[in-house]
Amino acid sequence: MSDKTMTAEHVVGRLRTGMTLGIGGWGSRRKPMALVRALLRSDITDLTVVSYGGPDVGLLAAAGRIRRLVAPFATLDSIPLEPHFTAARQRGAFDLVELDEAMFMWGLTAAAQRLPFLPVRAGLGSDVMKVNAHLRTVTSPYEDAEELVAAPALRLDAALVHLNRADPQGNAQYLGPDPYFDDLFCQAAAASYVSCERIVDTADLLKEAGPQTLLVKRAFVNGVVQTPNGAHFTSCVPDHDRDESFQQAYARAARDPQAWQRFTERFLSGDEEAYQAAVKAFHEEQQA
Amino acid sequence: MSSGATTTGVTRAEYCVVACAEAWRHAGEVLASPMGTVPAIGARLAKLTFAPDLLLTDGEALLIGDVPALGARAQVVEGWLPYRQHLALVATGRRHVMMGAGQIDRHGNQNISCIGDWARPARQLLGVRGAPVNTLNNPTSYWVPKHSPRVFVEQVDMVCGVGYDRAAEAGPSATRFHHVPEVISNLGVFDFATPDHSMRLRSRHPGVTVEQILEATGFALAVPDDVPCTREPTAEELRLVREVIDPNGARDREVPA
Repeated sequence: MSDKTMTAEHVVGRLRTGMTLGIGGWGSRRKPMALVRALLRSDITDLTVVSYGGPDVGLLAAAGRIRRLVAPFATLDSIPLEPHFTAARQRGAFDLVELDEAMFMWGLTAAAQRLPFLPVRAGLGSDVMKVNAHLRTVTSPYEDAEELVAAPALRLDAALVHLNRADPQGNAQYLGPDPYFDDLFCQAAAASYVSCERIVDTADLLKEAGPQTLLVKRAFVNGVVQTPNGAHFTSCVPDHDRDESFQQAYARAARDPQAWQRFTERFLSGDEEAYQAAVKAFHEEQQA
Repeated sequence: MSSGATTTGVTRAEYCVVACAEAWRHAGEVLASPMGTVPAIGARLAKLTFAPDLLLTDGEALLIGDVPALGARAQVVEGWLPYRQHLALVATGRRHVMMGAGQIDRHGNQNISCIGDWARPARQLLGVRGAPVNTLNNPTSYWVPKHSPRVFVEQVDMVCGVGYDRAAEAGPSATRFHHVPEVISNLGVFDFATPDHSMRLRSRHPGVTVEQILEATGFALAVPDDVPCTREPTAEELRLVREVIDPNGARDREVPA
């Protein structure tokens, strides 16, 4: 069987400007942040990003890489508003396709099932229908004749997700309480890349948890990257919690251009190793 | 006592907690989804008293079998409800959510997306989140900790949660399961029990006048001739709120005395 292990740089090497890119996780939870940081180091831009938005959206928006965002929200969870997202929206930095959370889920499901749409009740009567002129309704052919929203398939050129474990072939496992939608992102995408806290032998996958934690199947994965602490600063339980003090520092810096420049210089100007070292130094300073 | 209340004096936050709890009184065996501190205390109070069949989550992916203090970890887990199941559960209707509102209008349209022109907002907020799916599928109430004309507006800038007029316009698929039972604020309790489903003052919290409420509301509110006060908490309810559910007084930070 093929060994799909690669580096974050290899993953980014397979992405192209203008792509529609799905990013897994939810808000500030288990986001593939190491892959996003690698993307920031590249010159790939003009992206359509499809995400239950968190700091992945914030970082890409701050760097001007998003042409169009498809999302029901962007949040840092413990800090309700994502400051780069709000600032980017207020300066009209990208187009927004603002969908309801469930509409988004059924859109991913439709793409994964190779369907053009799935009918949902969500959206009727709301301004989601008004701000997205492309949305259409569909009428039930049965006696009820209900008119519902046709949530369009959210097809992706590529998906980036982060899980707790994976084997070199791309079987990937979550160990926290919530799978989020990472399997759907992978199934909805032409190519998917899984970063994980630790790559393990296939035979070891069930040593930590039962088979229902094997979320992503290798047939839907094109690359596997080992990135310890790779969801930082979002949560990736049980491997690591959200780094709340670092997230606060991120949010504070994001609200001020000069502070953001300093943050970028300190944390986002080197490679992933430099990032992790700078984060470690940040915490040592905090404790001093 | 950290709540800032005397042992007998009931604080405004405590009236709000009881008013929120009342929203779930007849909900039955459904998921209570409170968003915000006071609604979270209210849902737990309802479960510990008059609505024991409610389902509650830990705020993440677990359904909890006990009723821990705010911020404390549950000791009993009775089920699993990751986001994908939560979103699917909404469509079953077996849930009563209490959401926040950046803006709300007289027909119950709610906005948490942005203030100003959607194409280039003056102030970007959260985004629509699950407000559209919530309002068309299960009872959706609202909690507003700071009642003001900036929140209670004539027209919301972006309809996220669907109100009665917009649901009616959208047709039978939209109205089929649509229900906005209550709006609860730091000043009073409101519903839509009027012929045209416009917002009505149901009760004022003790210490609040009708004039105060009218001044803080940016549209013509239906006001009955006789406006009752929000009910008093029982001694047992006060004990549960102060000693069991919210011993650290988080409610007072959301609704100052």
